[in-house]
Amino acid sequence: MSEPILQLRDVSLSFKGIQALNALSFEVARGEICALIGPNGAGKSSLLNVINGVYRADSGDVIFDQRRFERIRPTQAARFGIGRTFQHNALFKRLSVRDNVLAGLIRHSRTTLIEDAFGVGRDRSETREFGRRADDIIAFLELTRHRDAIVSTLPYGVQKRVDLARALVGRPTLLLLDEPMAGMNQEEKREMSRFILDANRTLKTTIVLIEHDIGVVMGLSHHVVVLDYGRKVGDGTPEEVRNNPDVITAYLGAVH
Amino acid sequence: MNFFVETLVGGLLAGVMYSLVAIGFVLVFKASGVFNFAQGSMVLCAALTFVTLREKNIDFWLAALITLAIMVAIAIAVERVVLRPLVNQPQVTLFMATLGLSFVIEGLSQIAMGASVHELDLGIVDTPVKFGDIQVSQFDLVAAATAGVLVVALSIFFSKTRVGISLRAIADDPQAALSIGIRLQTLWQIVWGVAGFVSLVAGLLWGSRQGVQFALTLVVLKALPVLIIGGFTSITGAIVGGLIVGAGDSLAEIYLGGLLGGSVSTWFAYALAVVFLLIRPSGLFGEAAIERI
Repeated sequence: MSEPILQLRDVSLSFKGIQALNALSFEVARGEICALIGPNGAGKSSLLNVINGVYRADSGDVIFDQRRFERIRPTQAARFGIGRTFQHNALFKRLSVRDNVLAGLIRHSRTTLIEDAFGVGRDRSETREFGRRADDIIAFLELTRHRDAIVSTLPYGVQKRVDLARALVGRPTLLLLDEPMAGMNQEEKREMSRFILDANRTLKTTIVLIEHDIGVVMGLSHHVVVLDYGRKVGDGTPEEVRNNPDVITAYLGAVH
Repeated sequence: MNFFVETLVGGLLAGVMYSLVAIGFVLVFKASGVFNFAQGSMVLCAALTFVTLREKNIDFWLAALITLAIMVAIAIAVERVVLRPLVNQPQVTLFMATLGLSFVIEGLSQIAMGASVHELDLGIVDTPVKFGDIQVSQFDLVAAATAGVLVVALSIFFSKTRVGISLRAIADDPQAALSIGIRLQTLWQIVWGVAGFVSLVAGLLWGSRQGVQFALTLVVLKALPVLIIGGFTSITGAIVGGLIVGAGDSLAEIYLGGLLGGSVSTWFAYALAVVFLLIRPSGLFGEAAIERI
């Protein structure tokens, strides 16, 4: 593994007395797929929210791409190259698939308001460029036949893929996926896993994902971090984690 | 029958003027989920600035341009000073802020430019035009055409451009929009600037009809039933709502006025709005937005 793209050092977070994250440290290497697993309430989503700035950690450091920050805002995180999808779809439901994907590119826009409004200057080339990038990613995720459909009319599994497309189109260096396969059947999960692997290999995107299906996690990821009650109880390759007795008691086997 | 059609057409054309004011509200509501109470004072401010410049013998288009620049400056200042510190506050806090803002804009406009009534002449001849047996006010036609062009231009702007996609994205899911890097601040400045531009056009048309005076701020109250009927989140809704209110007002005045002792048009729109609230609270084209006020 190469240098880490993301490092967390002793990150703690609490809500009204509940310790969501407790002195958590781990690293994500550039180019890997890192899975966060753990029972409900273990702090997985809170952790993603700290990384892209929805929450502010009470203490500890987050270092992304050699930049250390205490507080980052979601817009900034997006500009630094951290993309994310949400556990509950946060797509723009009344917009078409293509407009959703285009929205993911807006932060890269370099045109002024006047150019945009009147379609002059750099606007034409940018509109063409953005359109091409959106169509490319739509094709990459095999969404072309849904391109002009309004998102709310699409099946849930397809919406999840649109969410992925919107996050990927901006070519993030780090992509956070919060339960990308929640509520999917085996067939849909297999498909989604394939797209995530493709994104990782072809687009060289580092991915941190939360997933409950252990089978999927073991097949997909290079690196697994196990959380329980805000603490890290396991960290290693899928093989190592599978054989770690702490992990087995905390998560895989023993009754809570 | 001719009389009925004449009343109806007159009402519809007047309704377009209501739509024009309502559109300003819709834009701000879509971008920030708040009913912008200051819209009326922006209409007053624009009309007052324009008429003051005109009285200093400044050319029509130059005066319009200067007024527009001032409205855009106000939009940027409002975003910096009022809206930005209130990000993530409850909608009602933002609403109260626009209420306060309306007093500030009204007050400052009148300190700077006086409170007397000004006459505004846009140079539109107001003689009736005949279509067969039906007479239509020429001023109403011009006003309706202007509003129509503006509405079409805004619809295209907000459907085809990147700003438009950002606006619809923010209206749909603000958190998600932020997390993909859409800048709320810039968008608010743009939307308030466009609302300022709409205020300018509305201020000129209303001002030349009623005189430029403090009562212009009351167009806010007339826009409210338009928005309730059409829906707070839809430009189309603002247009249709305006037409319904305009036509309803003048028909009711003529045909119910005698029965109910006159002045029907002062309350008819509100009664209609109440009926809509009971039957279809999100308005004809709105989407479950009422709880956001």
